[in-house]
Amino acid sequence: MTTKSQAVLDWIDARFPLTSTIKGHLTEYYAPKNFNFWYFFGSLALLVLVIQIVTGIFLVMHYKPDASLNASGVPVAFASVEYIMRDVPGGWIIRYMHSTGASAFFIVVYLHMFRGLLYGSYRKPRELIWIFGTLIFLALMAEAFMGYLLPWGQMSFWGAQVIVNLFSAIPVIGPDLSVVIRGDFVVSDATLNRFFSFHVIAVPLILIGLVAAHIVALHEVGSNNPDGVEIKKKKGADGHPLDGIPFHPYYTVKDIVGVVGFLIVFSFIVFFAPEGGGYFLEFNNFIPADPLKTPPHIAPVWYFTPFYSILRAVTYPLFGIDAKFWGVVAMGAAVVIIAFLPWLDRSPVKSIRYKGGLFKLILTVFIIAFFILGYLGVLPPTPGRTLVSQICSVIYFGFFLLMPWYSKIDKCKPEPDRVTG
Amino acid sequence: MKKLLSALLFAPLLALASGPELHLDKAPVSTDPAALQNGAKIFVNYCLNCHGASYMRYNRLQEIGLSEQMIKDNLMFTADKIGEPMRIAMQRDEAKVFFGAAPPDLTVISRSRASEFGSGADWLYTYLRSFYRDESRPTGWNNKIFENVGMPHVLYELQGEQVAKVEQKDDGHGNKTKEITLEPGKPGKLSKEEYDKATADLVSYLVWMGEPMAEKRKSIGTGVIAFLSLLFVLSYLLKKNFWKDIH
Repeated sequence: MTTKSQAVLDWIDARFPLTSTIKGHLTEYYAPKNFNFWYFFGSLALLVLVIQIVTGIFLVMHYKPDASLNASGVPVAFASVEYIMRDVPGGWIIRYMHSTGASAFFIVVYLHMFRGLLYGSYRKPRELIWIFGTLIFLALMAEAFMGYLLPWGQMSFWGAQVIVNLFSAIPVIGPDLSVVIRGDFVVSDATLNRFFSFHVIAVPLILIGLVAAHIVALHEVGSNNPDGVEIKKKKGADGHPLDGIPFHPYYTVKDIVGVVGFLIVFSFIVFFAPEGGGYFLEFNNFIPADPLKTPPHIAPVWYFTPFYSILRAVTYPLFGIDAKFWGVVAMGAAVVIIAFLPWLDRSPVKSIRYKGGLFKLILTVFIIAFFILGYLGVLPPTPGRTLVSQICSVIYFGFFLLMPWYSKIDKCKPEPDRVTG
Repeated sequence: MKKLLSALLFAPLLALASGPELHLDKAPVSTDPAALQNGAKIFVNYCLNCHGASYMRYNRLQEIGLSEQMIKDNLMFTADKIGEPMRIAMQRDEAKVFFGAAPPDLTVISRSRASEFGSGADWLYTYLRSFYRDESRPTGWNNKIFENVGMPHVLYELQGEQVAKVEQKDDGHGNKTKEITLEPGKPGKLSKEEYDKATADLVSYLVWMGEPMAEKRKSIGTGVIAFLSLLFVLSYLLKKNFWKDIH
């Protein structure tokens, strides 16, 4: 480095921790050298967050959160989305990136969470990373739910109507609470405007803060790896972990491969199947919201369906309170229980590589049950389907609540001293 | 455990068994400019009186090979300026009185009519060929796939009349279902083949109007994916080069 640029850097470093931050988080952050395919999804989630924020900024320039009808009798909000699609130069690509990005976010985050389950990434000392992660997932659900109202189509409107109505099932405060959420007695212009406000500023702020906390906590304790052994336990003469390599350049160049691979799949959807077969953009949402016309079947977007199925699976009233309320409780518990994993897992090993057959079997059944719940959530309920979703809900909660027991009796293999590559 | 696994195994079967079926004919959707122009002509003459297409501007018809003058002379009945959208004069509250429900805007109708039974185009293609005479309805028309529809058969002079033969069917479990078969009645200006072609053109136009940039989207997409594929190879080689000393 020339003396002049070194002088500039020194000047900055005396006032702001630039060099030490770059060192601490990139060039001298030692990550295990044995990351596999599953470790791409953390950086990809960050990429999708950036895509959503950047495309979102441009959408807000043209979108109008207004439920009143224009001269042609179409809600202004709905018409403004079509205006973006047709009259704004490049608007369609921005909008499709944003709508595909919403689904991509959940795909990437679900895979990222599954990685945590596979390799025990939530175990000590990474409990806080996991809790921040669960909160990110919660914030993401709120963000997606409120964003989905904005196009003001039939599914936007009636989906919001159904979900906000759930809050009215809470005893005593429920009815008033749902009015506060809506800002009205029905989903209306007031609801659209407050959801817009939450979607573009409040929740993204929380999301970015949580993501920062997630990464800072991760870089404090160091990354887990597919073997679930701590690389910090074996250090070389230079004081660096023997099985660790600097994040930059090794994982930056590796993550570029992951990013490009992801962008190929993402572009394929954006350019060739932006509706995602009716799962990413629901067909009914091309009809403007009509408060007087309830669609025969209201299905949430695919990423909510496993939890929506759990909600619908609860059909018994308890303690004199409506079953709907207990459904809401079950749905909430299904998300919150994820945060408790670090204390539910009593296995002597972290990674699935050294866990016994029992855990592998239970994890497989859990994943199958989760997929079935997701599938049932898009369909209208029948007695048969409700029974299946009840069985799968029991499996879902059983996976967590029985973990202290089955993770203890499982026959595990001994962990290696060093990572196995 | 076995019981559990078998329950899981049969879950999808249980889940699938129910719901009314809708049989749709596959629409021969075309992107040929001649078909789209013919579709636009039918659309403007037959649909754009009750239905608007309020997000679709007239000048966009240039993308299907029409000149500004041709659009102004032949297709612009409801607007003065070529940059205006395809609006209609009928008021929505009046329309509600006339038809029982205001006719929907048709700009994105081909996208909203898609379902698990077929694409939006399939639905429209089947719908436009399924009107039959029904004197019990205020308009004198009914539709096989949209029972008691408020819309009369506006393409009547082209297709002519169809008569419904209603058969009560019993599935052996006491469930009665109505099965309607359509038979040709009074003929119209077009033969059956010609009418099918005309509706196919109209549906092709509706599909095009639903997403006018669809073809451009796909062609850009091909370039984007080609570029990313090349970049993928390069980034993989870069990664391999950086990682050659890591074991």
